[in-house]
Amino acid sequence: MSSNSSAIVTSNLTKYYSIGTTACKRSSAAEAIADWIKNPLRHNTTGTFCALSDLSCEISSGSIVGILGRNGAGKSTLLKILSRITEPSHGIAELYGRVGSLLEVGTGFHPELTGRENIFLNGTILGMSRTDIKRQFDEIVEFAGVEKFLDTPVKRYSSGMYVRLAFSVAAHLESEILLIDEILAVGDAEFQKKCLGRMKSVATSGRTILFVSHNMQSIAALCDKSMLLDGGRLSYYGDVKSGIDKYLQSYCPQNNVDLAQPESRRGSGEYRLAYMSPVRQMFGGADLKEFEFRIDRRHGTAGQMFMQSYIYNSAGVIVCQCDSRLTGFWIGDTQRIEGKFSFRTPWLKPGTYRMDVVISNAFSLIDDCQGAAVFDVSPGIPYGFTAGDDSLEYGIVFSDFQWSQCGPLSTAREGYHGAMPGEPARIGIGNGRHV
Amino acid sequence: MPCTQTRVPRVLIRRDRQKDALDFLELWNYKDLLWVLAERDVKLRYKQTLVGAAWVVFQPLVAAGIFSLIFNKVAGLPGPKGVPYFVFSYASFLAWNLFSSTLTKASSVLVQNSQLISKIYFPRLILPLSVVVSSILDFAIGAGLLIGMLWYCRICPGWEIGLCPIWLSGLLLLGIGLGLFLGSFMVFYRDVQYVVPFLIQVLTYISPVGFTVSSIEHLPNTLQLLFWLNPISALLDAARSSVLNTPGPDPLKLALSATTTVGVFFLGMVWFRQLERRFADVI
Repeated sequence: MSSNSSAIVTSNLTKYYSIGTTACKRSSAAEAIADWIKNPLRHNTTGTFCALSDLSCEISSGSIVGILGRNGAGKSTLLKILSRITEPSHGIAELYGRVGSLLEVGTGFHPELTGRENIFLNGTILGMSRTDIKRQFDEIVEFAGVEKFLDTPVKRYSSGMYVRLAFSVAAHLESEILLIDEILAVGDAEFQKKCLGRMKSVATSGRTILFVSHNMQSIAALCDKSMLLDGGRLSYYGDVKSGIDKYLQSYCPQNNVDLAQPESRRGSGEYRLAYMSPVRQMFGGADLKEFEFRIDRRHGTAGQMFMQSYIYNSAGVIVCQCDSRLTGFWIGDTQRIEGKFSFRTPWLKPGTYRMDVVISNAFSLIDDCQGAAVFDVSPGIPYGFTAGDDSLEYGIVFSDFQWSQCGPLSTAREGYHGAMPGEPARIGIGNGRHV
Repeated sequence: MPCTQTRVPRVLIRRDRQKDALDFLELWNYKDLLWVLAERDVKLRYKQTLVGAAWVVFQPLVAAGIFSLIFNKVAGLPGPKGVPYFVFSYASFLAWNLFSSTLTKASSVLVQNSQLISKIYFPRLILPLSVVVSSILDFAIGAGLLIGMLWYCRICPGWEIGLCPIWLSGLLLLGIGLGLFLGSFMVFYRDVQYVVPFLIQVLTYISPVGFTVSSIEHLPNTLQLLFWLNPISALLDAARSSVLNTPGPDPLKLALSATTTVGVFFLGMVWFRQLERRFADVI
């Protein structure tokens, strides 16, 4: 295969879901018959939802494409169509090469079967032949680090071991085209690093990979192209850097679709968040992070409401959740509510953060605004001294901590006391960092 | 990058692809998967059970015992000449079980593997086909015991036993055909899972599982016609009489059954392939 031939060509790929059936409106035949008697001519679909619309693109073989987009942008639908799990409503896709898809870690794993049996089962389900699996068996086992437990049923595995084994099988798939859906977010940090390394070596072997992730770091590290989907449409296809920039920009207030189109958001919509903005675009890690917001009444009343904000880092991890019920803050029915939201801790690491805001009352969700605000944390570190990079490497936030030395402790204890009652013993295999 | 100019497989994805003729080559390419699923099926069935595989022979033995008690001792129906009623009902139950277990498993296998269907592509036909293996395995174990019984009772099958595999495959085909039909319907409406056990119960009584076909000869003609319209009747009777060396059904009835069976299987297949493309969206 030459590197400039294409691996995947799609033209006008479109997928509709009829909302009537996807929402499982009828799941018994009796209801279906009753519906049919009531209304024999009407096709029972309350409406259609376009998950993917008119997607045309050409992906040359050997490229590693990161697929970006918000929840519901059509990323998973695209992978499902390309892996032939579901068929498109219109359009054509052509794939040149064997296709392997990893939409889930450990598909077909059975808890009662042993590690060895599950490797064969899962490998075959993913499309490997028996001889392929036999050839790579030792490598798979070694990568997962489960040599001792090969003949133990996987239901006795720790969850970490289980996931490692499942990923190892998947990582040894040798098809020319690989479709991967957000599965690197498994295992501990150490194993994730190993997975990323494995993916990199797969990537350099000339195969074509489509990779969905919310983790911008792994996309940037792994991919050479990026594809940005927005509301089922292809809004960008090109080099990875500008793709990520465009994706992050889509969360900025000025071009935030979500904030600009309150009607398209989830929630009953009596009230909508109309404005949410940091007082400065850039905060120091230890600063008070302050935001101003405005909520407008659209229709009806909602009674007492509370607010929640979720702060995401650029890797897509929720750093903290701030629920106004915990601080006793409730808002009542008025035409317009203006206010401030602020938090000081945790100390945030440098980078771009995004905030989702949810308004609810006791009964239901009223507004769910994804990416209500975006802010940056300046590159400086909030500590009094500096040390090497290794002093800052771990953890997702900084901490306001102290080390100190003092006289004899009032509750001095001699020797090592082992695990305190109620504290989990840290001996289990799943807790271990060794891989 | 290795520049081997080997033929690259090309996959075309479009709407209604499944309406094309059945791709046997593709089905063949997935034979490993069929085998692995069948293996899983067999391995899992008796994990964490006390007597394990003994259930395979225990079940037909008990069923045969009950059949001979009810039909022979209580109802007073005669068995075929020269064959103990227990051996006769055991042989019938084996053949019957080949059909009914295939039907039960083939109809529920899709819903049980919904995870697989929504996350992985493979020809969906693999799933209902994979259950056949465990049905045949159960049958083979039971048949071993039957051979022992025949030897003990000094019953020697005639040349007709050569045709037995044909009748058994007929039963299997019928089980798969109905299973395809009901199974794909179950993906959309779970009601079917309550229908299947009931259907099998009804079929157990209206098919000649516990009694000989001569037991119904005094019935009115219309009822007899209905009896023979059930394709299981002739196939089951042919299968067991070929082994027990007793007179079987006449060829006309067999031909009718065979035609119905092939028809059911074919329709089941067409129906399955029509609905197959929507499985992942609905399941």
